[in-house]
Parts: sequence; C-alpha cells; structure tokens
Amino acid sequence: MKYSSQMVAKPYFIFALVLLAGEILFGLTMSIQYIYGDFLFPAIPFNVLRMVHVNLLIVLLLFGFMGATYYLIPEEAERELWSPLLAKITFWIFLVAGVATILGYLLVPYAELAQLTMNELWPTMGREFLEQPTITKVGIVVVVLSYLLNVTMTVIKGRKTTISIILLTGLFGLAFFFLFAFYVPDNLVMDKFFWWFVVHLWVEATWELILGALLAFVLVRLTGVDREHIDKWLYLIIAMTLIAGLAGTGHHFFFIGAPGYWLWIGSIASAAEPIPFFLMILFAYNMIKNRRIQDDNKMALIWAKGTAVVGFLGAGVWGFMHTLAPVNYYTHGTQLTAAHGHLSFFGAYVMIVFTMVSYAMPILRGRPHGNNAKAQKVELASFWLMVIGMIGLTLALTVAGVMQIEMQRIPDAANAMTFMDTQATLTAVYVVRSLFGVMVFAGLLTYFASFFVKHEKVAA
Amino acid sequence: MSERITKDMAKNIYFGGGIFAILVFAGLTFDSVKQIPELSHAENITESVVLGKKIWENNNCVGCHTLLGEGAYYAPELGNVFQRLGSSDEASFKSYMQGWMASQPLNIPDRRKMPQFHLAPEQVDNLADFLIWTSKVNTQEWPPNIQG
Ligand code: HEC
Ligand code: HEM
Ligand code: HEM
Ligand SMILES: [Fe+2]
Repeated sequence: MKYSSQMVAKPYFIFALVLLAGEILFGLTMSIQYIYGDFLFPAIPFNVLRMVHVNLLIVLLLFGFMGATYYLIPEEAERELWSPLLAKITFWIFLVAGVATILGYLLVPYAELAQLTMNELWPTMGREFLEQPTITKVGIVVVVLSYLLNVTMTVIKGRKTTISIILLTGLFGLAFFFLFAFYVPDNLVMDKFFWWFVVHLWVEATWELILGALLAFVLVRLTGVDREHIDKWLYLIIAMTLIAGLAGTGHHFFFIGAPGYWLWIGSIASAAEPIPFFLMILFAYNMIKNRRIQDDNKMALIWAKGTAVVGFLGAGVWGFMHTLAPVNYYTHGTQLTAAHGHLSFFGAYVMIVFTMVSYAMPILRGRPHGNNAKAQKVELASFWLMVIGMIGLTLALTVAGVMQIEMQRIPDAANAMTFMDTQATLTAVYVVRSLFGVMVFAGLLTYFASFFVKHEKVAA
Repeated sequence: MSERITKDMAKNIYFGGGIFAILVFAGLTFDSVKQIPELSHAENITESVVLGKKIWENNNCVGCHTLLGEGAYYAPELGNVFQRLGSSDEASFKSYMQGWMASQPLNIPDRRKMPQFHLAPEQVDNLADFLIWTSKVNTQEWPPNIQG
C-alpha cells in the first residue's frame, strides 16, 4: 500500500461481501417460494424477498465501487485521499441507511412503509429496483455527492490519469442518471420510459465506464504494460459503450407505449452492445500476453479474466439473445429475462468487485505479494464454485424461459396455456435452479474461508 | 487492428462518438416525449387512474407481476388482464377485481400466493381503472396472445 488513506477501502469491501451473502440467501429463499408457494408466506411475501434481493445487490455494488475507488484514486492521483474522515463518515451513514431500509422492508407491510416515510409528499416508491423510500433515495444522493466530492478533490489536486478521469466520468454519470429516480409522472408510459434512464443507462452506459476503468487499473498493476497501450484500449471500449449503449436503450422501448421507430433503432443499436464487452476480453488477454511483470497474486488476474469472459457471456451473449425486437416480442418479461439479468449482473459487476477485492485486500492486510499459495488455492475453488453455479443457474432459467415461451407465448389464444399452468410444469427446472444457487452460496463461503487461511508474516 | 490505432485516435473516437450518441439519443427522447401522450391516450388519465397507479405503487404489485412485460416473473402479466378476466367489459372487470382482491390469498396448498392487501372497494375500483387505461396503451400488438 502506497498511501495510508487507501485503508478506508477495507470496510467498504468487507461490508459489500456481507451484503452479497445476504443477497444470495434471499435469492435462495425466493427460489424455494417458486416451488412451494406457502414457504414463509404470509410472513415474507415474494415481493418483499425480491425487493431485499435486488436492493442488496445494488447497494453492495455501490459499496464495492466506492471501496474500489478509494483504493484506486490515491494511487492514480499519487497523493492521499482528500478527506479520509469524510469517507469513513459516509461509510457509516450509508450502512445505517441501508440496514434501516432493509429492516423496513422486512418488518412492516410495504404500504405502511410508504405511509411511515411520507411517500405522498414526493412519491417515488413501488417501482422495480427503485423501491426505496424517498428519504432513503435522498440519503443515497447525499452519500454519493460526498463521495464524488472526495474523489474529485483528490483527482484535481493530484496526477490526472486516463483511468481516473474515465472512472470519474462514470461516477458522475451514475449520480446524474439516478436523479431520474425522483421523476414519477402520472402517465405510466412516461414513467416507464424514464425509469430506464436509471436502470439501462446505469448498467449499459455509466457503469460500463466504471467497469472499464477498474479493469484497466488492475491490468496496469498486474501486467506492467505501459499506459499508452492500456489507455488506448480503454478509450475504444468506452467509445463503443456510448455509441451502442445510449440508443440501445431502445431495446426497452419496444412494447411499452413508445413510438414504433424504436423497434428498429433499439434493435440495431443494441445489437452492437456486445462489442465493448467483447473488446474487454481481447483487452484482458492482450495485456496479459504482453505483460512485463509476474505478480504473485495470481487470483486477482484470474478474477480479471473471469470478469471479462463471464461479463461478455451474461451481457453480450445472453443480452443479444433477446435484443432484436422480433425475438423480444416473445421473450419480453419471461424467465429468459431473469436468466440474462443474473449472468450479466454477476459476470460484469459482482465479478469486478471480486477482482478489486482480491487485488487490494491482500495489500491492505499487509501482504504485498498477495495471499499465500494455500489461500489462493482455496480462492480458486471459490471462483469456480461461484462461476459454475451462476452459469448453471442461468442455464436453468434459460430452459425455463424457452419452455414458458413455447407453452404460453407462441400458441394462439385458443391453445396457449395460462401463466400459472405453465409455471406449474416448470417445477423440476426450478429445483435445478435452486441447487445451482446453493452451489453459488457454497462458493461464497469458500471465498470467505480463503481469508482465514493461516499466513506467516512476510518481511516487508 | 489495434496496432494501427493510436491513443489519440481512440480518444477522438470516444469524444466524437460519445457526443454524437448523446445528441441522437436526446433528439429521439424529445420526439418520444412528444408522441407518448397520443400513444398512451393520456387524455383518458382520470383522477381515478392516477389514484390507481399510486395504489399499484404503494403495494408493490410489480414485485410479483409484470406490467407491459416489466417487473417480476412470479405472477401473471397484468397489462392485458382487463381483456383476459374482464372480457374488455368495464363493469364485469370491476366486479371481478372486487371479488379477486377480497378473496386473496387463495387457500390452495403449495400454489404461489398473492397477499391480502385490505383495500377499500373504491381503491379496488381505482386499481381497475388504472389497469383498464393501461390495457389500451399502444404496445405495438404486444403481448402475442391473451395469456400475456
Ligand atoms: C406476493 C406476490 C404478489 C403480489 C405482491 C401481488 N400479486 Fe397479484 N397475483 C399473485 C399470484 C401468485 C397470482 C396468481 C394467483 C393464482 O392464480 O392462484 C396473482 C394474480 C393476480 C390477478 C389475477 C390475474 C390472472 O390473470 O389470473 C390479479 C388481477 C392480481 N393478481 C392483481 C394484483 C394487484 C392489483 C396487486 C397489487 C395490489 C397484486 N396483484 C400484488 C401474486 C402477487
Ligand atoms: C452488464 C450489463 C447488463 C446488465 C447488468 C443487464 C441487466 C438486465 C436486467 C436486470 C434486465 C431486466 C430488467 C427488468 O427487470 O425489466 C435486463 C433486460 C434486458 N437486457 Fe440487459 N443487461 C446488461 C447488458 C445487456 C446487453 C449488452 C444487452 C443486449 C445486447 C441487453 C439486453 C437486454 C434486453 C433486450 C432486456 C429486456 C428483456 C425483456 O424484454 O424482458 N442487456 N438487462
Ligand atoms: C450474485 C448473484 C446474484 C445476482 C447478481 C442476482 C441478481 C438478480 C437480479 C438482477 C434480479 C432481477 C431480475 C430481473 O428483473 O430480470 C434477480 C431476481 C431473482 N433472483 Fe437473483 N441474483 C443472484 C443470485 C441469486 C440466487 C443464488 C438465486 C436463487 C437460487 C436467485 C434467485 C432470484 C429470484 C427467484 C429472482 C426473482 C425473479 C422473478 O422476478 O421472478 N438469485 N436476481
Ligand atoms: Fe438494456
């Protein structure tokens, strides 16, 4: 570790991993309700489990990005963080707000939570991913603004690199598009249209800049390839991200009441969206091929390669599968959507957080050469358990989606099965999904175990 | 390919391409916002429809159902439930909704459950009006059939 203020990253990383454990447990619980509708009902209805599942996901990714930034920015700027104290304070504010919100979901009925938090003053609740009470959303804005201030001041006062500027651009974009979460018009179609300005323009535009910058940082450190080369790749990746990803938002405007030209524009633009993800694979492998140093932290490099490959599978391949309007007409809002949602979020964003944690945590724990061989072996096992588990879960959902489409969507009105009858035929597939879910959780526990493998003190 | 591209060229592609993409997307957004009132029949958004949307949100119906294909995949699509359960007749749909909301959760072991929301009859009417309005949005002929 070169700068002592990088240490503030540590609690962010640890808490992100704790939230991930919670997220997966709620996912498993939901997957059981998919099979036994009475499981935990009416104590915790499905919608509550789902809210907790996806909200934990978003919050853990924000914690992960923040930890990653606090680690990365001092090294890139070649100076201490502007205010380590502010970073510590925002950590606790965010933690308390996050935990309180999750408890709110679990302890009172949603309608009561809306009333308690005076949602009627500025209604923003009750939309997928944006279920948080308005007051929590305001809290998120405050936390993100203070984080942006801290990072921006550090960059302004220090060295400015392509990586840090692109990371900042992505973070400002994240903050800007979150503001659309406060816009809830009475017209459902307008509401849906701008809801995607948060959701799509996060994962397929601004967060991709963050992803690219974090990946580039880890590759610079682990391969020692010169920056000219890395920066060039990074620019190409994010150029393609914006060119395809902005108009690509149109792949969500096909059937929600937006103008018909989106059928064409959304299909064509989003068909190019896998390109930046593919470039990330080429980028990672190319840098590794041209590497000038051999870092002892082998696992960090494996996670980096894994992020590029699984991110491409989940976002690029599973995204492309249903992105053309004539296909999406049948797949829209089926289990196939859930299949894609899982592998893309996991492959691109959960895995980049693992990459950063696996790169930075050993250094933060006083192990500049990475964890010892035994710990890395355990971590490698956790990598495969989680990756294979998520791919298996995704394949199960893909099978469920295709069967659902065949029975419920493709036949004409006289022959199509109802939604509930279709679902009843899919039980066995959902059991398989749950089993792969258990594998993912076992992988995460193994990852935790790798932290506790005994280590002799290395002379610094 | 990458050998022939320099960092400055890549940077220019990023800025040029990025600004171009932002302008195109902003232009299309403005045009969509102009057209949506007509495509969604905004003139039919009555006070009851607005209230219905609020009840929909305050009870997180989207946490189990899809609406126009977006939401959760645990329970039936409701964008066309007016046609499916009400045969496109407002009075019969409203009475169906009153009965449906009052009888939840159904007592069928192991079947997926919908909670009891304790809504007043006027609130259920508001929800019904909201779902009726939604079912008339121009969705480019989606869903493929009545099962949603
Ligand atoms: C916890 C999950 C859950 C929530 C939340 C939920 N529902 Fe449901 N809903 C279901 C399930 C499951 C079914 C299918 C029930 C069955 O067929 O036995 C259903 C069925 C329906 C149906 C009948 C659809 C059909 O085609 O048969 C309507 C109408 C409906 N819900 C309206 C609503 C409204 C309005 C809300 C919000 C106030 C809501 N639901 C919230 C789970 C939920
Ligand atoms: C890491 C990047 C990505 C993430 C995290 C992601 C995540 C998601 C999620 C969670 C949904 C479901 C949204 C909802 O609940 O309605 C979704 C929908 C969708 N995604 Fe992605 N996605 C990514 C990239 C892509 C790419 C690159 C493509 C196209 C090539 C794509 C195409 C689609 C389409 C077409 C839908 C709509 C599905 C439907 O109609 O139901 N996605 N995505
Ligand atoms: C890190 C791993 C995981 C990530 C990133 C993740 C992400 C997500 C996302 C983005 C959604 C919303 C999907 C959409 O709207 O299309 C979702 C829903 C869901 N997830 Fe996960 N998830 C993970 C692990 C799991 C596990 C292990 C299980 C269970 C085995 C699970 C079960 C579910 C279920 C049942 C839903 C609800 C789908 C529905 O709406 O019907 N998830 N998850
Ligand atoms: Fe998208």
